[in-house]
Amino acid sequence: MADTGNDALYQARIKIYPRSVKGRFRTFKWAILGLAYGVYFLLPWLRWERNTGPDQAVLFDIAARKFYLFDLVAHAQDLLWLVGVLLIAALLLFFVTGIAGRVFCGYFCFQTLWTDLYLLIERLVQGDRVARIRLDKSPWNANKLLRKAGTHVLWLAVAFWTGLTFTLYWDNAPDLVVKWFTGSAPFAAYATTLFLTATTYVMAGLAREQVCTYMCPYARFQSAMFDEDTRIVAYEEARGEGSQGRHRITRELKSREQRREQGVGDCIDCGFCVQVCPTGIDIRNGLQVQCISCALCIDACDTIMDSLGWERGLIHYTSEAQAEGKKSSLLKPKTIGYGLALLLAVSALAWSVSSQAPLDVAVVQVRQPLFVRLSDGRIQNSYELHLENKTEEPIALAIMIHGLAGAVLDAGRFSALTLAPQRSLRVLVRVRWRSNHNEKGSRSFFLDIIPQKRKDLGMISAPATFYLPGRER
Amino acid sequence: MSQTKTSKPSAVQTTGHAWDGDIQEFNNPLPSWWLWAFYATVVFAVVYWVFYPAWPVAGSYTKGVMNDITFVDSNGKSKTTHWNTRSALLRDLQESKTAVLSRDYLNKVAAASYAEILGDPEMMAFTRSMARGIFGDNCAPCHGSGGAGVIGLFPNLADDDWLWGGSVGDIQATVKNGHFGFMPAFGEVFDDAQLDDIASYVLSLSGHPVDAAASRRGKAIFQTNEGGCYYCHTHQATGLKSQGAANLTDQIWTIADVNGAADLAGKKERVKQVIANGVQRRMPSWSERLSAAQIKLLTVYVHELGGGQ
Repeated sequence: MADTGNDALYQARIKIYPRSVKGRFRTFKWAILGLAYGVYFLLPWLRWERNTGPDQAVLFDIAARKFYLFDLVAHAQDLLWLVGVLLIAALLLFFVTGIAGRVFCGYFCFQTLWTDLYLLIERLVQGDRVARIRLDKSPWNANKLLRKAGTHVLWLAVAFWTGLTFTLYWDNAPDLVVKWFTGSAPFAAYATTLFLTATTYVMAGLAREQVCTYMCPYARFQSAMFDEDTRIVAYEEARGEGSQGRHRITRELKSREQRREQGVGDCIDCGFCVQVCPTGIDIRNGLQVQCISCALCIDACDTIMDSLGWERGLIHYTSEAQAEGKKSSLLKPKTIGYGLALLLAVSALAWSVSSQAPLDVAVVQVRQPLFVRLSDGRIQNSYELHLENKTEEPIALAIMIHGLAGAVLDAGRFSALTLAPQRSLRVLVRVRWRSNHNEKGSRSFFLDIIPQKRKDLGMISAPATFYLPGRER
Repeated sequence: MSQTKTSKPSAVQTTGHAWDGDIQEFNNPLPSWWLWAFYATVVFAVVYWVFYPAWPVAGSYTKGVMNDITFVDSNGKSKTTHWNTRSALLRDLQESKTAVLSRDYLNKVAAASYAEILGDPEMMAFTRSMARGIFGDNCAPCHGSGGAGVIGLFPNLADDDWLWGGSVGDIQATVKNGHFGFMPAFGEVFDDAQLDDIASYVLSLSGHPVDAAASRRGKAIFQTNEGGCYYCHTHQATGLKSQGAANLTDQIWTIADVNGAADLAGKKERVKQVIANGVQRRMPSWSERLSAAQIKLLTVYVHELGGGQ
């Protein structure tokens, strides 16, 4: 097959120079960016007083297998919460996308946020769209070199701080920063920081809209959740095009009355909406796969309409149904279904977090040897108890057994068994039992872990198995 | 100068040279990404030579610069050398966060008395965790990873019967000095009927329903100088600790697998074998191979396996 231009699957990249724009959506997006960056960059530095453990508000301590989130400490056994969080994130994405389209892409996605910041840096160093185009076309000179290099240096600085900040969530931030720069941080810290520096720089600085258009899977499967009632950013074609299409403002086509008479629409074809688009599309061509619903074209068009004194909304949020003049309904089975699933997932997670077991007990049978015959003929089984105190207070424990008549428990020679706050402990206990009926095989019983002087904690009965010799000898 | 020509069929340029009139060479240069990657490896190699051990020089080699690593060698001396993974591992084993924590705690346990260790749940947990490794490296080949031993060969450490004493002091002495357990063979001394009688008596001590007359005859041999069994096993047959003699009155059999026999005749046969052939068992001394702290951990660990005395 001839590889002609039309059939080519490869589209050479057309460089995009997004123009800056002011407006309500832009302001809203800056606010989100400020909030998100404030949280992301400052959170590792927030100190938090705890009776035990580090004084960092959010710390993912892998070595100690504890994730600190303010007053909540997630332990290894609580890993299921992560499933809950991811499930909620996915359902929230489905729910929101079903109603309001690619809101995540346009307002919250870090690709969008970091690209916005990188564009801001580019604009501050090299100027706005026209200046940047001119700079790119100009021959290399000191000015161009300085501006280009300056942009990349600033980009790299942002990328580096982004990467380093991510790393700070995994260790005590003030210590780690010092260690990082004095060369004594763990390899993983350097690898993580440099990897994220590289990805941030490449994705937000160089790849930009290519990420959304070609790389991102969310962008693809979000379109599967669209229906005719989903909110989309769209150009009101009837108003903009009239019967004769759009036309620039000329002397004969200046006022709206003149344009109406000629059958020309309200779109003055100024191209502002195309220039501000970060993915380089023309929204007037209808809903396109590249559109991330960032709404900057709305701001652009509103600016123009305001200056002309015409009403806003030539480009606006609408839905396919609305655009066709039908009524748009939000309460549909799909939306309600996503909503209910989301509500369910959130309540399940909330319940699970709020009912986190303050005391965790696991009984591990000593299997080598499984049982031992004692001098008086009794059989002894040994068990290792894994005890974990998830509270901020010490827990004194007593250990007893039930369900094995006549059995004796030997829990060692401790005067007191106390679990320090947020600590775990392994205790070897032995159970001795004479089976009166020449029993064989195994018997089930319970090891009771009884917290002392703590009314808020109940007894934990952990099931265990007592093994006997296979045949009576 | 040679002239660039194109070869028609493939439209690939030739190098422009012609030999023997018409022999030409296609010019298919390496892909530029490959070429640049190659140049990059050359640059990398040069940088590598500077920082890493690289060139052999007259019986030695270039050590590289700015790559010193300091660690403490097995003789306790601080040693600085060029960076290498073996030294890095040694340094990590000595200086990493967990290594320091573990060493500090080991010092704490080593300084504590046995009563203190046995009475403290945390020290016990540490001791068991660390001693499990020492036991696995040194003791498990004979006694098994869980200390269950092998009947007839190596005693079970997980039960409550102690040939050489089950207190921490006894266990520590056993680990330190080792033991030589010996019972003479009586196969040449007594005839089969007498051996049968002694075995019957021995079984009667732990409550087996043996023939009373045979048991009585056996007792006469056991408790008098005829057999002299009581020298080591004592008149009560509970065994002399200083000789490592077995307690014959309990349900634990460390040499003759009495519990493994199906019937009384089988049990008796097994006991007879032991009396006839005698026993020789040896546990080596560990004071030369293990540190005092390691022996202490092992002592507590072994003591705890069966519940201790």
